[in-house]
Amino acid sequence: MSDDIFQGYKGKALEMLKKYNVRVWGQAVIDTTRGEFKGTVLPRSENDDDQHIVVKIITGYNIGIDIKTIKLMKEVGYKKANYQIPEKQFPYTKGLPKVKLIGTGGTIASRLDYRTGAVIPAFSPGELYGAVPELADICNLETEKIFAVFSENMGPSQYIGLAKAIKKEIENGVDGIVIGHGTDTLHHTGAALTFMVQNPPVPIVLVGSQRSSDRPSSDAALNLMHAMTTAGYSDIAEVMVCMFGPTSDEYGLLHKGTRVRKMHSSYRSTFRTIGDIPLATVTRKGVTPIHKTYNHRRKDRKVDIFPYFSDKVTMLYYYPGMKPDTLNSIIDNGYKGVVWVGTGLGHVNKEMYPAIERAKANGVHQYMTLQTIWGYVHMFVYDTGRDMMAKGIIPAGNMLPEVAYIKLGWALGQSDDPEEVKRLMLTPINDEITKREPYNGYLIYQGGVPEVEEFIRKVHK
Amino acid sequence: MKKSFDPSQNYEKTKKAIGYVPRKKAKQKDYDRIGFMSGLEVHQQLLTKSKLFCRCPAGVFHDHEDYDAEVIRHMRPTLSELGEYDGTALMEFKTRKEIIYRVNNKTACTYEVDDTPPFKIDPEALEIALEISILSKLNVVGEVHITRKQYLDGSIPTGFQRTAILGVEGEFPIKNKTIRLIQLSIEEDSCREVSDIGHTRIYKTDRLGMPLIETVTYPDMKNPDEVKEACNYIRFLNRSTGKVRTGIGAGREDVNVSCKGGTRVEIKGVAHTKWIPELTHNECFRQWALLAIRDELNKRIDEKKWKMNHLNLDWDAVDSSVEPLKSSHERGEKILCISLPEFNGLMSHFTQPGKMFADEFSDRLKVIACIEKPNLIHTEQLKPVVKEKTWDVLKKKMKAGENDALLIIFCPEADVKTALDTIEERCHMAFNGVPNETRKSFEDGTTIFERVLPGADRMYPDTDSAPIPLEDSYIKKLSKNLPVDVIDRFNQLNKWGVPDDAFTYILKKNLVPVIEEIAEKLKYNPKFIGTFFGHQMKFVEGHNTSSSDFSYHRVFEMFEFIKKQKLEVEIARDMLPVIYTHPQMDFDSVLTIIGFKKKSKESLLAPISFLKDKFKETGRKQTPKTTNDWVMGQLRKQAVGNMSLKELKKAVEKN
Repeated sequence: MSDDIFQGYKGKALEMLKKYNVRVWGQAVIDTTRGEFKGTVLPRSENDDDQHIVVKIITGYNIGIDIKTIKLMKEVGYKKANYQIPEKQFPYTKGLPKVKLIGTGGTIASRLDYRTGAVIPAFSPGELYGAVPELADICNLETEKIFAVFSENMGPSQYIGLAKAIKKEIENGVDGIVIGHGTDTLHHTGAALTFMVQNPPVPIVLVGSQRSSDRPSSDAALNLMHAMTTAGYSDIAEVMVCMFGPTSDEYGLLHKGTRVRKMHSSYRSTFRTIGDIPLATVTRKGVTPIHKTYNHRRKDRKVDIFPYFSDKVTMLYYYPGMKPDTLNSIIDNGYKGVVWVGTGLGHVNKEMYPAIERAKANGVHQYMTLQTIWGYVHMFVYDTGRDMMAKGIIPAGNMLPEVAYIKLGWALGQSDDPEEVKRLMLTPINDEITKREPYNGYLIYQGGVPEVEEFIRKVHK
Repeated sequence: MKKSFDPSQNYEKTKKAIGYVPRKKAKQKDYDRIGFMSGLEVHQQLLTKSKLFCRCPAGVFHDHEDYDAEVIRHMRPTLSELGEYDGTALMEFKTRKEIIYRVNNKTACTYEVDDTPPFKIDPEALEIALEISILSKLNVVGEVHITRKQYLDGSIPTGFQRTAILGVEGEFPIKNKTIRLIQLSIEEDSCREVSDIGHTRIYKTDRLGMPLIETVTYPDMKNPDEVKEACNYIRFLNRSTGKVRTGIGAGREDVNVSCKGGTRVEIKGVAHTKWIPELTHNECFRQWALLAIRDELNKRIDEKKWKMNHLNLDWDAVDSSVEPLKSSHERGEKILCISLPEFNGLMSHFTQPGKMFADEFSDRLKVIACIEKPNLIHTEQLKPVVKEKTWDVLKKKMKAGENDALLIIFCPEADVKTALDTIEERCHMAFNGVPNETRKSFEDGTTIFERVLPGADRMYPDTDSAPIPLEDSYIKKLSKNLPVDVIDRFNQLNKWGVPDDAFTYILKKNLVPVIEEIAEKLKYNPKFIGTFFGHQMKFVEGHNTSSSDFSYHRVFEMFEFIKKQKLEVEIARDMLPVIYTHPQMDFDSVLTIIGFKKKSKESLLAPISFLKDKFKETGRKQTPKTTNDWVMGQLRKQAVGNMSLKELKKAVEKN
């Protein structure tokens, strides 16, 4: 209890607060060698130093006071803040599709605690309606939070939990499912759900935001509207990622869960379909398919669930000068699958060969993917490739490295038999390996070229 | 009875009733009567190489059409801590603006359009801002916390400005009092607007992110001249470091004004200090007028019972061959008639010079409902658009009474609802006095509605930046190198009463010591000498090529010579260009060159009556003034240096 009144303070700063009996949320007058400061003492972020006390002054700004300069402190008032997000009944509208929003812990909608700056997530339908009232015009919404983890902590057990939850919802008769998710590993989850939930009759849409919704220019609200529109109305019954197309607030793109990748650390339009064109565009008015073929929405409630995953799988990103002990330690630690991320057409150096052979002898399944991200593995072109195949590395076509990792974990969760694993790995479930690459599947605009510059100037980015 | 109503007369009558006086005639007692109160937020760009939170160059600008890409954003209100939307936020959301940012690769990167988190704060900017904080005698904070301040007008693509307090609670002197400072903050500058038409607002991002400081005073100023004086002080203090930007837009002020019983209204982005007095004067009286309107309305009707009515019109209900109706009709817009019960006589109520209460509606329709002006026709226009007869028909249709005012609005169908809401909302505000708002300033001293004033709950920590500690040793090091004497000199000039348009030149050339020397040793009036330098010396320097031998001490020697020779001081003006171009020349020769001859007063005054007779023969217009002016002209040259021109003028007039 005593710690709670000094929220986040430690060491010398904590001593100082205790000495003068000033609490967090106490209104304090602080006399220092730099003059007098007045304001409300705020909690301090745990990772910050123990040399300063944070105060919100009357104009609403926060400042820090160096404890070495403090001559005297006095608490003259106390006002603890207690915040709740407003709940408004999400209106039911007859005739609108029924959409289920499944929460995983990432913050899609939120609001700020103005005193501390902490983000309070909005999740229940009532809270979401308070934050994005337009959702009520799109669908009838139900929500369920099935876990609370950050994107980077999503893993195999969450994939399995999600797959089972999706099956239940489909059987319950929803028209579409939206999954709120942090963006860092959104594409891993997209791949995992594609493999675990096969032939769904309704759209399954993964959505996140690149700017938290406490910011006025957040992409969260529009992404949510796009995702709900897709889930409620789209004819595409697949696992999809729905995020901004351009960085402008114009339209979203729907990407296949197996071909999508986060390509920029901070851009809104960070998700791109790799080696193919996106599935569709989406605006608040509806979904416009770009892809000619896709799985269509069905009326039945049938879905196949394969909720399996082995966590004895790892990835090895090759670099020049890589030593065999990297692979050896993986073998020694009992790993059963390795996804190689090789250079060029799918290569590693000769020094690795003995370790690769040892891995095979120990029953480790090895697949080759590419650092180039775009293109196919071609191990017949050079001797190196042929050598490696002979030693047990199987080329994984144009499967993205992260997707291959997820798929190998999924396959090894079902079988140890090399032939069965190979069959599972190389039989595409939803375009994780494509037969052909369209000429417009590899497009990155490269600034500086006059034609590109002209295009960029004219089209909203 | 209605026919006798004259809007022009009503305008003048209401202007008189609230006791409006033009600024030139206003005395302190006028300001005390209406409770004038004003505070300042002075913005100053810092002279740095980079922008504040990214590595783009600062101070590089480009034309509207010179851009490499455009990005579109919409601003959404975020919930406040009470679970409510902020007033500004709601207004901006209502406007449904599509905001387009023009990006030029030379001046903006992905940070400006909020696609990259901030980099570390520019150390050069922080240092300059801290120096100014110390000069402003503020209590400098121990740790800088970057804060987000929400702006939903789109002027910043993130929807907030990154800003941080560096110091609180300072003060500075003006002539008759001390002005207290609330705080000084460092912040990133906003976008420059390219255009704002209908539902599209375009910004360019060259200025966005440039480092800026904001100095905020308490509302300690009690008349418009004090506001200007305080503003000048802050601007000169900033400039005294030599590390701030100068030129158009580098220094801008937001001026807060209220009257007794009024509300704090913020006049945004005043580019010139000299505009401040007229603007604050007019704003204070505008608020005073709104309070009079409030009292009158409440006398007429209980707000709870008041209800606005509207009716969709057919275009044939009006004469649509006249503008602005003609264009609206051609665009296929809707036309509506609105009745405002009990508002008769208030539409043409005085608010500002040349503006009436009805303009308050028009301004809001433009900003909130995005309807371009002229967007309103009403029953009390000084130049009626709609005929009396038409109004009579409409009144019957609307079942409007004698005390009701009628409006006609015309706009795209999609904007009708917002337009009606906007008008109704402004009417309700009229029952309560002065709305909280920010206003845009014009050179003529008037203002128009710009935005709803944001609430206090729009400030929250920037989770993308770590706090920056400010060690004592660093602050001490900065304190040692401050140009403290410049601000002392500014105070000196103020005390002498030297006009402030002379300040920049005098301070830049460091002329206070020589002015002081002339004033003290030779006993000349320092105001005259200061003005002499700030005006004459500046002019001469700008129009002549100097000799490398010239030093300002030569001016001291010139005044010393004038004193010794018992010449009238006005001759200094004529001598100055010569000593500037020929500093080695002895002063007697200077007098010869300018054609000076020593003459007694008597001999100068002797020909006055002769000259007056001579003027009669010129056949020009004969009035005492033209006569005296002509005679002055004949004598002026000989008189300069020998007698004061004032004295000469008196003698000419007397004769």
